[in-house]
Amino acid sequence: MKVALLQGGRSLERSVSLRSGGRVAEALLELEHEVEAMDLGPDLVSRLGSFAPDVAFIALHGIEGEDGTVQALLELLDIPHTGPGVAACQRCMDKSLAKYVFREQGIPTPAWVTYSEASIRDFGAASTFSRAVGAVGLPLVAKPASGGSSLGIKVVTSEDAIPAALMTALSYDDRALLESWVSGRELAVSVLGDEVLPIVEAIPTGSNAYDFAARYEIGGAEFVCPADLPEETGAEVEQIALRAHEALGCSGFSRVDLILGEQGPQVLEVNAIPGLTETSLLPQAAEAAGVGFNELIEKILGLTC
Amino acid sequence: MAAPPPPRRSQIRSRDLERYAGLFAKRTRVMRSSAMRDMMAITARPEVISLAGGLPDTSTFPPEAFAAEMDRITKTAVAEVLQYGPTEGIDLVREQIAGVMAAEGMRVDANDVTVTTGGQQAIDLITKVLIDPGDILICDAPTYPGAIPTFCSYEADVIQIECDENGMRIDLLEQTLADLAARGRRPKFIYSVPTFQNPGGVTLSLERRRRLVEIARENEILVVEDNPYGLLRYEGETLPTLYSLDGGSYVVYLGTFSKILSAGLRIGWVVAPTPIREKVVLGKQAADLCTSTLTQNFAGEYFRKGRWQEYVDDLIGIYRSRRDAMVGAMAEYFPHGATWTRPEGGLFVWATMPEVINTEDLLAKALTKSVAFVPGTAAYVDGRGVNSMRLNFSGVTEDRIIEGIRRIGEAASEQMFLYETMTSELLLPRIDDRDEPDGDRS
Repeated sequence: MKVALLQGGRSLERSVSLRSGGRVAEALLELEHEVEAMDLGPDLVSRLGSFAPDVAFIALHGIEGEDGTVQALLELLDIPHTGPGVAACQRCMDKSLAKYVFREQGIPTPAWVTYSEASIRDFGAASTFSRAVGAVGLPLVAKPASGGSSLGIKVVTSEDAIPAALMTALSYDDRALLESWVSGRELAVSVLGDEVLPIVEAIPTGSNAYDFAARYEIGGAEFVCPADLPEETGAEVEQIALRAHEALGCSGFSRVDLILGEQGPQVLEVNAIPGLTETSLLPQAAEAAGVGFNELIEKILGLTC
Repeated sequence: MAAPPPPRRSQIRSRDLERYAGLFAKRTRVMRSSAMRDMMAITARPEVISLAGGLPDTSTFPPEAFAAEMDRITKTAVAEVLQYGPTEGIDLVREQIAGVMAAEGMRVDANDVTVTTGGQQAIDLITKVLIDPGDILICDAPTYPGAIPTFCSYEADVIQIECDENGMRIDLLEQTLADLAARGRRPKFIYSVPTFQNPGGVTLSLERRRRLVEIARENEILVVEDNPYGLLRYEGETLPTLYSLDGGSYVVYLGTFSKILSAGLRIGWVVAPTPIREKVVLGKQAADLCTSTLTQNFAGEYFRKGRWQEYVDDLIGIYRSRRDAMVGAMAEYFPHGATWTRPEGGLFVWATMPEVINTEDLLAKALTKSVAFVPGTAAYVDGRGVNSMRLNFSGVTEDRIIEGIRRIGEAASEQMFLYETMTSELLLPRIDDRDEPDGDRS
């Protein structure tokens, strides 16, 4: 097959995307596909036109690659692509929108409020912070509505720290969430096709529970797969993850991040295009299910939309 | 014909990672990648105005001069440049280095020069031969961001001494030395970029230079003077290097051709008292046997021809205009309350934003406007520098510098406006006074 491999892009996750793309390219070549790697740029449409791929493999993360921008373009050009379609991408990329969908469908998710830069700047929304604290409780997590890493995320333990935390979060997106901090075990459930892969647990190695930055660094967290969970709990986690995946309209594959606290599993977010490096969680989960990297890539390639 | 199998890297599986994790030396714990560093990947895109680098402008180096030099090598020295060379460096380069140092007022015997693979290796070797894990090392605050990973990889206990517009605060240095002495401790060495400091852009005053050398002598402490930029002075009076004030007893001197000829040639050097020099040579032997004989030959001949100063003069003209463009644009576009240095030479301006701004967040916002800089925290080991940034002006043309600074200023003003709205603190002069370049606020 002729595969256009889309990688790089302009998001803050460019470097992860290049690593994903590099690893995927190796797999595609080993699988004897014809591969052309393309970065996002002014020549994208003309390159797609002259290469005329059978399929586009999207190894992009973050804005433009994971939010439906590229997907809409590919759909217009009649090029089938991996990962979910435009609407699902938009729902996953926007953590606030995703949570509204979860709430509508009765999927458990931590309490939250959403602020936009415009509402704070122009409509006096800053006067509602105590209301937000009342709704969400303390401590809370301020985070940009989009974005897939620790960037821009801060834990807030008192109301007067909200402006600084929101200023940080709003540097990464024009909307931000204040979300209830739920302490518990951090789980990632990857979905491939309509199958749930073994659950991965991230166990932070640092002592500071609130240090997000550290756990996203290599060595900042230890990953256990399959996670050591009672059978019943595992089944509940899987079922909720699959519901979240379906509720957002994901197809092909996705990674659902959950927190398992006293109230049971709660969904934090769904990644439409999870990382595809050897050490990313989806490939780890696939491997635990006996699906090697090349096989995983071939499967993803067969699940285009 | 069948295509050759694709090149491939070794495949790492998650369980392998765990296996490797147990193999790493303790010192690699400090060698971490971070989300912030990953973010800088965007600066490689052509539309991004990167004020984050430390790149000399190599675009004006005459291609015909380069071709002539390579032609000479082809005709006369192929066998030699394809061969290993002495660890200390080839004689021609060591002589020329002595000549370049003489141009900065230093008297050095070519035999005391050890050629290194760039100035970075000079820092690495000096740290390698002097620092045991836990040894104290003193440096500027902020310090050269590239030195921090080196110091950390040798597990130095780094103490940073605050700088002001006249460089390292020697009064604070003395106090720190006294405090350390009271605890029975002393630093192995003091690392400083006294002239057109990276990242601060500031220059250690003559009075402080004299005092620093005295302190080194009185306390028998080594000072490592890193001087990549000394010849790039755009105005003001040349100050004597620490090395020339000391005569080379307690000052170890690090130099480089990276900023006056080419960073791609990777040629730097160390001048140190003989016992240290001998250890450095042994350390270098273990590291890479010798610096590239090809580039040494190229550089040696280039400097021997004696016209290198003309090229440096050209660079000075270019960089001076770029510095002026940068500080001029800052005055126009940076928010009220921001401050910045006005370097008399070198490659960098250090700017400090009002306290509410975190320059890592500001960088994220700036990157969406396709402009980059180095957040101040990169220049500290202890998390300071949160509202500061390093901006490079040597590698970017004037119009792009001005546009880059305008966008950073816009991003900072947007952040401050938002914060002000949330806290009602008056950070900006008056809203009415603000022009409205960004339509999204109206």
